[in-house]
Order: sequence, then C-alpha cells, then structure tokens
Amino acid sequence: MSRMAATRDGYGEALLELVANPKVVVLEADLGKSTKSLHFRNSHPERTVSCGIGEQNMLLIGAGLASSGFIPFASTFAIFTERAFEQMRNGIARPDLAVHLCGSHGGTHTGTDGSSAQSIEDLAIYRTLPNVVVIHPCDDISTKELTMQLPNLNKPSYMRTARNKTPVLYEDRLSEIKIGKGIELTSGDDVAIIACGVLVHESIRAAEILEENGINATVVDMHTIKPLDKALIDKLSTKCGAIVTAEDHSVIGGLGGAVSEYVVSSNPIPIEKIGVNDRFGESAEADEMLEIMGLKSNNIVDAVHRVLSRKS
Amino acid sequence: MVSKTVSELEEMARRCRVEICKMTHRIQAGHPGGSLSEIDILCGLYGRRLRYRPEEPDWNDRDRFILSKGHASPGMYAVLAEVGFISHDDLKSYRVKGGVCQGHVDSKWCPGVDFSAGSLGMGLSFGLGCAIAARLEGSSRNAYVMVGDGEIQEGSIWEAAMAAAHHELGNLKLFIDCNGIQNDDFCDAQMRMFDIPAKWRAFGWSVRVIDGHDMNEIIQAIEWMDTVQDKPCVVIANTVKGKGVSFMENNPAFHGAAPNDAQLRQALIELGVEQ
Repeated sequence: MSRMAATRDGYGEALLELVANPKVVVLEADLGKSTKSLHFRNSHPERTVSCGIGEQNMLLIGAGLASSGFIPFASTFAIFTERAFEQMRNGIARPDLAVHLCGSHGGTHTGTDGSSAQSIEDLAIYRTLPNVVVIHPCDDISTKELTMQLPNLNKPSYMRTARNKTPVLYEDRLSEIKIGKGIELTSGDDVAIIACGVLVHESIRAAEILEENGINATVVDMHTIKPLDKALIDKLSTKCGAIVTAEDHSVIGGLGGAVSEYVVSSNPIPIEKIGVNDRFGESAEADEMLEIMGLKSNNIVDAVHRVLSRKS
Repeated sequence: MVSKTVSELEEMARRCRVEICKMTHRIQAGHPGGSLSEIDILCGLYGRRLRYRPEEPDWNDRDRFILSKGHASPGMYAVLAEVGFISHDDLKSYRVKGGVCQGHVDSKWCPGVDFSAGSLGMGLSFGLGCAIAARLEGSSRNAYVMVGDGEIQEGSIWEAAMAAAHHELGNLKLFIDCNGIQNDDFCDAQMRMFDIPAKWRAFGWSVRVIDGHDMNEIIQAIEWMDTVQDKPCVVIANTVKGKGVSFMENNPAFHGAAPNDAQLRQALIELGVEQ
C-alpha cells in the first residue's frame, strides 16, 4: 500500500519552501488552516495578508500586489473562489496579473459537507478565461512541485486541491512533473484514459481491471487542464483511437470538455466522459460520493467498453 | 511632483472639461457626466500631489492612482494628456479600434493607467494590494483611489473598507465622487446610502467632507490626507454631475450619453472656447 496524503498538504509544503522568494506573499480568507497556507503564515506572518471572510477583496488585493511586482498566492475553498469569479476575470485574467489562486476541497470527493461545498464547475469556469492556467493535481508530491513552478509562470493560475487523502504516485519522480505536460502512468494501445485529480487513482485501478480482461489502457494524469497537452493527445489519439476522460467535476466544460473540444477539431475519435452528470451532490463520505456520482473504477471500465464498441 | 497654482489648476480643469465634451461627442458614446464631476479632484491630484514620471510610466515608486469608476475615463484621459502620459492627439482614439483610450481605463492599453477598470467596486481592493505592496517594500508611495457614490452600493467596497482599516493602511487614500446620480436615476431613488461619512467612520477611516469643485478645498484635503498616516482616509467630495455644462448639470440623462452637435457647441461656449 502506497503512502496516503492530501494534495492540500503539498500546497502548504510548497508555500513554506517558497518563503525563500521574498516576492511571494500569501493571502487568506479565514481558511488558511484548511487550505494549508497556515504554515506560511506561521513562518512569515509579515508576508501573509488576512482578508477576513471576503474573497472578492482578497483576489483584487492579490491583483494590486501582482501589479507591484509581488507573487501572491491566495487560497480558499474551491466553491468560495467562485464568488469572486468576476474579480478573477476582470481584475486578474484581463490585465494578465500573475495571481495564483488555489481552491481546496474541490469536487464531490470533499464529502460530508454536502452539495454546497462540492465545487463541480470550478475547472470549467476558470478554463474559459484567457491567460489563466488551470491545474488539478492528483497527489501531494505533484501538487507541491506544480506549486513550486508557479512563480516562474508569470501568468495567473487556478489550482484545485483536495482535503481527503489519496495514494502518493510520484515518490522520486519529480522530473516528470511539469506544468502543461500530461504524465503517462501506464502504457497500452487499446484506449487512453485521461484523468485528473482523485480520478487518476480510479483510472489506474480501472486499467488494472481492464488488463485482466485483455484490454491495454494508457492512463494519463492530465494535471494541467489549460494549457492542454495537445501533443500528448495527438499521440494517444493516433496510438489508441479511443479516449475516456475521468474527473471529479461536471462533464460539462472540465477536462472532458477540454479534451473533446480539441479532439473534435484535430483527429476525431470516440470519446466517453466520466464525470458528474449535470447534477448536485449530497452529504456522504468521499468514497461514497464517487459511487453515487458514478466516478469509480468500475464506471471507468464500463466507459472503456462503450468507447471501444464505437471504435472503428 | 509638479505644483500648479490654484488658478492654473482651475484652468487645467477647464481645458479637461472641453476635451471630455469633445471626446464623447466625437464617438457619440461614453460618460461625460461623471467625468465632469471628478475632474477638479483629478487635476488637484495630478497637478499638486501625485509623484509620477510621464517619461517612465512604470517607475516603481510612483504614487498609484486607481480610477475605480472606470467609465469616467474621458476625465482621466484628459488629465493624462495634460501631464504628458499621452498626447492630445491620442484623445481622438477614445473608444476607437486600436486606440490607447479604451472605453474604460485599461492599463494594458494606456500609459499612466495603473488599474484596468470597468466593473464597479473593484478599484479599492486593488488599491489595498498596491498599498500593502508599498508597505512591504518600505516605499513611501501612496495608493489613491477614486470611486463614485453609486459605486459604494457594491458589497465588495465594504470588504475592502473593513480590510483597509484592519491593516491600518495609512498609505491608502480614497476619494468618493458624490455626484448623487447613477446610471438609471438619482442615487436616492436607486438605493439610498444615508449618512455616508458616518459609514466610513464606523469602518475605521479618517473622514473629511469637501466641495469637490472648490480647488482650494481640494488642495487642503489632499494636504490633510498626507497627515493621516495611521489609518486609511477618505475625502467625501460633494460634486455636481455634469459640472460646468449647464444642461448636463445634475441631469441623469448625461451619465452615459454624449452631446449632439448643437449641445457640443453650447458646451464649448459655456466652457469659454471661442466659436
């Protein structure tokens, strides 16, 4: 059994290392204990700005800091970032200010807090904004590494992290993790399963089940939803001829949307999307939520069979 | 820092009023009313207090000026042309394809613009970020913000007001252009704001109320702002929307409507331009 960890912890560890960069500042909206920016606050309170419970104000304070040469990292729950969408759009994305927004507790996997807390649309809405990089890692190591790369990006970003623990995949594999580059976790010619976040782990399990039935899948951790790794998708489209996308997010507009939009205009092949089917969640344990929403490995296996039946 | 006399500032404001009328007339669009109400304050700030370098718009230690009521861009463009960030010829590009003078002030397009505005309620928070940045750098630069009175109906203004006082941002200076009119009607008809100075005092700010068209009062208020160092301060300026053009004054129709040919002629006569 591999080590288990939460992606939010990777974010917190990265901020703590980024302390060494004097331009890095942290913005909080009363959820630093939850998003894990509190480690930075404890270490460098003079470079941490408490914004109270005021997300709209927080994002634009970030914009003002970025316009003055600082590198602000703002975090709150994914769902609460959405309250400040217009600030992100008009105050950050439009002037292309490198504010780094982290939404933790994203997806239905956030569990028992219920549907009000389960952001299932964050990746979609931020993906529509010009200039904004959208990232959703699957383990603490990649979260930390991708966060560490953000200061060099010089672009605004949105990163979704999660509260609940998931298996650690990238022990001793730091060199594979780069913003904008999907990671092939398995290699197979029959189908490509392109996933992000917690569903990367369900996809790996699905590939194991499929292999027992003679179907070989390439599982991709597409941690960067925007810019999409089009070269990798081109390669997999040619090699596999069929794609299943998997995300703890609405089937509308997220990773599945991004991949579909690209594939339909490049090398059209059958695609099946695993995600939240245009509905809200409810209170349940994280794993129960994945079952309720049809996001488990068996659902991915079923989707693979469907897409293979459509493959010419 | 330039230091114009009161009469020079008044003459600068008159010239800017002429340009505001010409700009909006030329494109038959834009917001003359709020530009005319804010213009005396802008001239006071740019002519007497702000530190800036037109030849080096991104100079790090410049004071920031954030026009949060970004639709009143003709006023700001007229001032930027007066002080040399842009040319008077650039004013002809207002709302024109490819022009530096975008419909709402935009830092990507126009030198001297620190904040890309457009949606109300955003500039004060941006100003907080600029003020915090200055503090972190140990710079003495200030962040000046201007909002409209209708604009403070936006909830995010009060998030920012609370945060500025909490962080004791003495380098954050706010002007409220209280012209009493917003897009659809008079503010009192749309959403009464009751005692505006009391609200800001209750949020922990230093407050001063002035006549926003009296250049002596404007200069005194700007100098008063320099004396407030331990908390944010706000100058609540009572103004007249459309000030300086009789048929625009206190007329909600000229929030977002341009003068026609006859109205421009009358406006220019009233503003002392030979016809």
